[in-house]
Amino acid sequence: MKVELTVNGKEITADVEDRMLLVHFLRDTADLTATNIGCETTSCGACTVLLDGESVKSCTVLAAQADGRSVTTLEGLASDTGEMHPVQKAFHEEHGLQCGFCTPGMVMAIVSLLKENPSPTEAEVRTGLEGNICRCTGYHNIVRAALAAASSGVNK
Amino acid sequence: MSILGTRVIRTEDPRLLTAGGVYVDDLREPELTGAARATFVRSTVAHALITGIDTSEALAQPGVVAVLTAADMTDMPPPPPAEEPNPDAPPAEGPVPLGGKWSEPLLAVDRVRFVGEPVAIVLTDSTYQGEDAAELVSVDYEQLPAVSSIDAALADDSLLFPDAGTNMCTRGGRDVSDDSIFDGCEVVVEGDVLNQRVACLPMEGRATAAVFAGGKLTVWASTQNAQLSRLIFTAIGLPPDAIRVVAPDVGGGFGAKIGVDREQIVVAWAAKHTGRPVRWVETRNENLLAMTQGRAQRHHIKIGGDRDGKIRAYRLEVIQDTGAYPRMSGFLPMLTNLMAPGVYDIPAVQADYRVVVTNTAPIAAYRGAGRPEAAATIERAVDWFAAAAGLDPAEVRKANFIPPDKFPFVTKSGAPYDTGEYEAALIKVLEASGYDQLRAEQKRRREAGETRQLGLGLASYVEITAADGAAGETAKVEVHDDGTATIYTGSSAQGQGHHTAYAMILQDELGIPMDKIEVIHGDTDLIPDGVGTYASRSLQLGGSAVHKAAIEVKEEAARNAAALFEAAEADVVLDADTGTWHIAGDPDKSLTWAQVAEQADGGLIVANVRFTADRPTFPFGTHLSVVEVDTETGKVTLLRHITADDAGPVLNPILLEGQRHGGIAQGAAQALVEEVLYDTDGNPLTSTLADYGAITAAELPSFELLTSETPTPVNPLGVKGIGEAGTIGSTPAVHNAVVDAVSHLGVRHIDMPMTPEHVWTAISEAQKASAK
Repeated sequence: MKVELTVNGKEITADVEDRMLLVHFLRDTADLTATNIGCETTSCGACTVLLDGESVKSCTVLAAQADGRSVTTLEGLASDTGEMHPVQKAFHEEHGLQCGFCTPGMVMAIVSLLKENPSPTEAEVRTGLEGNICRCTGYHNIVRAALAAASSGVNK
Repeated sequence: MSILGTRVIRTEDPRLLTAGGVYVDDLREPELTGAARATFVRSTVAHALITGIDTSEALAQPGVVAVLTAADMTDMPPPPPAEEPNPDAPPAEGPVPLGGKWSEPLLAVDRVRFVGEPVAIVLTDSTYQGEDAAELVSVDYEQLPAVSSIDAALADDSLLFPDAGTNMCTRGGRDVSDDSIFDGCEVVVEGDVLNQRVACLPMEGRATAAVFAGGKLTVWASTQNAQLSRLIFTAIGLPPDAIRVVAPDVGGGFGAKIGVDREQIVVAWAAKHTGRPVRWVETRNENLLAMTQGRAQRHHIKIGGDRDGKIRAYRLEVIQDTGAYPRMSGFLPMLTNLMAPGVYDIPAVQADYRVVVTNTAPIAAYRGAGRPEAAATIERAVDWFAAAAGLDPAEVRKANFIPPDKFPFVTKSGAPYDTGEYEAALIKVLEASGYDQLRAEQKRRREAGETRQLGLGLASYVEITAADGAAGETAKVEVHDDGTATIYTGSSAQGQGHHTAYAMILQDELGIPMDKIEVIHGDTDLIPDGVGTYASRSLQLGGSAVHKAAIEVKEEAARNAAALFEAAEADVVLDADTGTWHIAGDPDKSLTWAQVAEQADGGLIVANVRFTADRPTFPFGTHLSVVEVDTETGKVTLLRHITADDAGPVLNPILLEGQRHGGIAQGAAQALVEEVLYDTDGNPLTSTLADYGAITAAELPSFELLTSETPTPVNPLGVKGIGEAGTIGSTPAVHNAVVDAVSHLGVRHIDMPMTPEHVWTAISEAQKASAK
């Protein structure tokens, strides 16, 4: 079937299998490989992207369901001049990543979280990230990065 | 001012944060254009004979390139001849497979030994076609009784390797039969401790892409060590120099990516066999079925001593479930034996081990690899002993630590500890945590009979890092005539921050700023000789190698600078703050690194070294865990986790803390939620992340880290490993805390993980027992 998506501001039209998952569309059709696949059961959140501004796990959304809608991935976060998004910057400064595999999903989940709740408490950040698994950082610095990004005034 | 010891944020991050890493599935190398997707057909039964494989229906599917089984591997070199198994032979020095009658095939031949064992490989144009076609490969099984537990293995009713005549594949250690070591002990405690099987669970599973062209095999593999992987890939019948292995970004390893697994060898072979590039990226389901798993030991212990808290004797008997194939022989339980007495000066120690095969996924290294098991059990045993003697666990630990003036110290189990300040680390943690106030609060809640009880768990640990220091690590440092430098290291990173750490060492020695230093790893064409990342060895061996190479570079540069200055070499000095060369006492005249390098042959100063250490190092520390247990539901909440982890001088506190955070979380996760389960027929019950208890941010607190820096004389940086320490300390601390929270209800022990079910059951059984 034919689908038309706006990915990071760019329109992409393609003929895809009905069963194609959004994450495969992003990785294989749009050739945007930052979004990773970590489970297939909607458990780990490595594939988290924004669909019309809200976070979704792209391994559980069909490309067809995203037809006519707008997707933002990690590659689309930095400004046009290449300046990192406050959440990306906070991850760098707070050592919020190690191997980097969960990072794209984690960053997108936090961007979405801070949009809903611009000044979360630590407990709210931790609950908000329940759907994203990281095996390297013990979450300590990811939580700090989220709080640092919030206090830097993102979304305020 | 030296950059060492300062908080330098990682140079690796901007790329990972804006474009994402380039893992095997992300590679868009031209050689991989049109690569076929590999999908494995895996055994659906735990133990069976294969009576037939029909690939015809799968072959007829659209997009199918090939369906290959063991029968197609006629172009492989013959396997090494079977050796006579000798269970009494001394254990192998390294983590090598047992081989011989216990050999593991690449694809199952006539028998499968665990659910998930690869039976055939399907190559297709696309991923989805692969899943469709693999389902149509028909394998006929004649089922055999499954051996799904240690007890079933020891019974020897059903044998995985009938030629061997037993399921016990190896044993070792020392005699544990002499009970006289407990003579005169006023307090003796005995019991079983289970160190349950857990999944290594790197967020990126196993992945490999391979191309065979012009007689050369190029393999991109998600591995902790490209150079070892190259040797393993020679199994397909190519010499090492016809193989290039590249480790691109690797999404976590944790021990399970040391080298490469059988599937990855099959992928490389399939690329050579078919002449088509092949890429394989496992699913999480495959990862939880067939990636090697960790721990899986059952211990029986006996500990004895005096009423005043002095421990006199300790015995540890280990049974290692090694899964379906003895991938590491007796290596893991041997380390457990070696580290049995932990941080304590115990006059008599006995330890032995037996290793059994079961119809489950193979066991291999997982963050700590044999040492966490030792620490977990001695720390439970000390708590048991303290409870039996009626003493506080902190006081018993203090009474038994190896004192600082006894180092270097060789334990009764033979471990040559280098340096340690065990009591100092404990005291730091007790003071920072407000231990006495916490005990008072615990008392208050107990007396009030509150539903939510408080538990305090201590773990004082020591572990062995860079156990194979004699193998060392390689480094090549080049300084170019444009003033930049390149480090080639044999030690690959999977998130630890090697690039930042190694560049810091070079900047400190040479004064070349980090942003002019490139770090290259994980490509056997560029770095044919290297060892890799495991055993918490990278900074102490890989970093020391960079340090050594830097010093050699400096020596050559000094000669060049002297020639340019027309001065004596002894009069030439490097200002490592500015990266400029001077004549001593004359700072006005200076030369840059670019000028000095230009003077060298080919405009390049280069040093190629291997650093080896003559003995291992032994990091240590104390963890205190504070938990709340809901005595009505069994639910555990980890409130605080306070640690002093000592790995010597700190190169970069950010990296050190990151390693500790991740380690603490993994160790706490084993104590609280993680367990790989099989039913009695050997069917896996935890083969997706919906079933397996991976820990999340919502279940953990922020960690409270204290500093402690005791140097080692073993390497020039004075450092020990920190990659695994967090995991080793946190599991027993959390475990002890949960038991402590409910000990006043009569609970003496709860096997991990501390799920509500386990905790609730332990409380109810204790209540039933006290009612009788």
